[in-house]
Amino acid sequence: MKFTNRISCKLKLGAFLGAVSLLTSGLTHAAKEIEVGVLFSQTGGLSIVEKSLASATLMAIEEINAKGGVNGMVIKPLVEDGASDPKTFNEKVSKLVIRDKVATIFGGYTSASRKAMLPVVEKRNSLLFYPTFYEGFECSKNVVYTGAAPNQQLNNYIPWLVKNLGKKKFFIVGSNYLYPKEMAKVAKTLIEENGAEWVGDEYLALGHSEWSSMVKKIKDSGADIVLSNVVGGSIISFYREYANQGISQKDIPIASTVTSEIEVAAMGGKFAAGSYTSFPYFQAVDTEANKAFIERYRAYTKDETAVTHHAMESAYSGVYLWAKAVSKADGIKPNEIMEATKGVSFDAASGTMTVSADNLHTSMTPRIVQWNEDARGTIVDEFSAPVIPLPYAAYGETAGNLFCSESGLDSSKL
Amino acid sequence: MLDTILIGLSLGSILLLVALGLSIIYGSMGVINMAHGELVMIGAYSTVLAQIHMGLSLFAAIPLAFVVCFALGLLIEKFVVRRLYGRLFDTLLATWGVAILLQQAIRLEFGLSFFGIHIAGLGPGLQSVKVPDLLSEPIFIGEFLIQPYRAFIIIISILLAVITWLLMYKTRMGQQIRAIMRNKDMAAACGINVRKVNALTFAYGAGLAGVAGVMMSGFKTVMPDMGSSLVVDGFLVVVVGGVGSLVGTIVASGLLGQVNGIFAALSNDIIARAIVFGVVIAIIIWRPQGLLNYKGR
Repeated sequence: MKFTNRISCKLKLGAFLGAVSLLTSGLTHAAKEIEVGVLFSQTGGLSIVEKSLASATLMAIEEINAKGGVNGMVIKPLVEDGASDPKTFNEKVSKLVIRDKVATIFGGYTSASRKAMLPVVEKRNSLLFYPTFYEGFECSKNVVYTGAAPNQQLNNYIPWLVKNLGKKKFFIVGSNYLYPKEMAKVAKTLIEENGAEWVGDEYLALGHSEWSSMVKKIKDSGADIVLSNVVGGSIISFYREYANQGISQKDIPIASTVTSEIEVAAMGGKFAAGSYTSFPYFQAVDTEANKAFIERYRAYTKDETAVTHHAMESAYSGVYLWAKAVSKADGIKPNEIMEATKGVSFDAASGTMTVSADNLHTSMTPRIVQWNEDARGTIVDEFSAPVIPLPYAAYGETAGNLFCSESGLDSSKL
Repeated sequence: MLDTILIGLSLGSILLLVALGLSIIYGSMGVINMAHGELVMIGAYSTVLAQIHMGLSLFAAIPLAFVVCFALGLLIEKFVVRRLYGRLFDTLLATWGVAILLQQAIRLEFGLSFFGIHIAGLGPGLQSVKVPDLLSEPIFIGEFLIQPYRAFIIIISILLAVITWLLMYKTRMGQQIRAIMRNKDMAAACGINVRKVNALTFAYGAGLAGVAGVMMSGFKTVMPDMGSSLVVDGFLVVVVGGVGSLVGTIVASGLLGQVNGIFAALSNDIIARAIVFGVVIAIIIWRPQGLLNYKGR
């Protein structure tokens, strides 16, 4: 009895203190600092990639603070660890939103982690900046997507592969989860639209690294190109087995939507040489802005060989897009920032990025790279202007017929 | 068809590589070594580090990884396993703890990052190992393709199995190990230094895991959690083969490798995996003691 009394007493006190801090927080924050959440996996299987996203985010925050912050406010990052586990992402985002009352959360890499964070930010009307390229099929008023949507990875890619390389038979491989399967859906429509066909689609468990049967199957399928949506550590064993079974990237090239500078550096250029990847950003983008960006990132991480890649560049640019929104917003409540985000643009290392007022996705310039022996890419094709994001491209969404607009998702079109 | 069998053979030889060390530790000492996969991972990392910092080739990394893991095995035996003989489930938990410690140590670069020292090749990044040219160029015999690296793994696995068999059946030490397997107390009463023999057996099993790690590093991604999934596969082989039976381990790894290879070719890898588990369940229902098992006393 005494125990429960004590608890209820504590609860009351907590509620009182909470109320007080709620009343005062608006004042004190506006005067000095603005808190944001930075939620990526610092541990676990995904930490390899997610640590680079976290450092890119923190680097952008540090740069903005060095220039005096936003509207005179210093940005204060609250760094949390998602531990490569969607459930942890859900708990940590709840903590950031409910207890810390941060203005915005920068975070998430896998679709699973985003789906775990989504209900929290939507219910609490908070704001999430999600930096990874993803499968689309989402129309949230609380998430700003600064990575590529499916159409920004595939719309130029498939036609280019069919026309320039003369490829007619696609074999689609992927890891067995949401992103690869949705990407395959978009790809299949595009492949057929471009007069080619797909001869098979197969999926392997996440983290699987025994490719002997699958590669043999590709060889036997008569395919003349492979579209790969394989993610994570499996990528390296895939490309290696591919070479070991004597398939040449010249005859049957692997065209990927995931393989980035990180994986290519890890597998060794020899195995990737001749294969392709489509992203809006590559380390190979040949502009002064990008060279400076790479240098700053290497200095920040104190690693001379650190590679930059699409998702980390999006994480970095996301912070700048956000800062621009904050500086023009009426206040620092999440919904005020969100409103101000619409139409904001930033000259990133990958070119101009603009947040669409309709679906809060970002327009950006798709590029295709071919990997060389030395693990660097050569850009073989790029759009001349940024492309409008279409998260529902797989379901027939076009620039003239948006499914997701400011008034919400028009589900009658699905 | 022949290439499907070859794939099955290569899958089987990798299973054998992992299961061999597990099998002798479990068979002779009654210890479920959950850290075996992590020892494989350490073996793989030894190869990566030897290549970056000492310029050693994959071949030279084999004895090196064996020695590294042998030493690590001695330490684990001395500080953890020795205190838990005869307590099967306690060894399982304790070695699982060791596995987690090893994995996190690699993630933290042995804590050296605290001093600002960065060891290239260690840490949470993806790594790979350069395979000697001799083993990386596929050889075509007519239509038929031979992957030299896979063939190399098969040869190494067979070699290790033969060496282990010779150690167990043709040396004094092996005789002592087998005596301990049959009856530990009686062996001790006959003047066998059980403690020393056990320590060396454990270390040898760990060393085998190290060699498996070198082989894995040539075609799989080297990363801190590469080992955790291997232990399960290893134990499947040990249980199906029969505890303590070397021949059983070889037969079981061959069988499960072929089942995996054939069904992966017919359907896909995910279904093949489910079928492998189905076969394992069927076998242990049919023969709880495993396919080949000596009569214990």
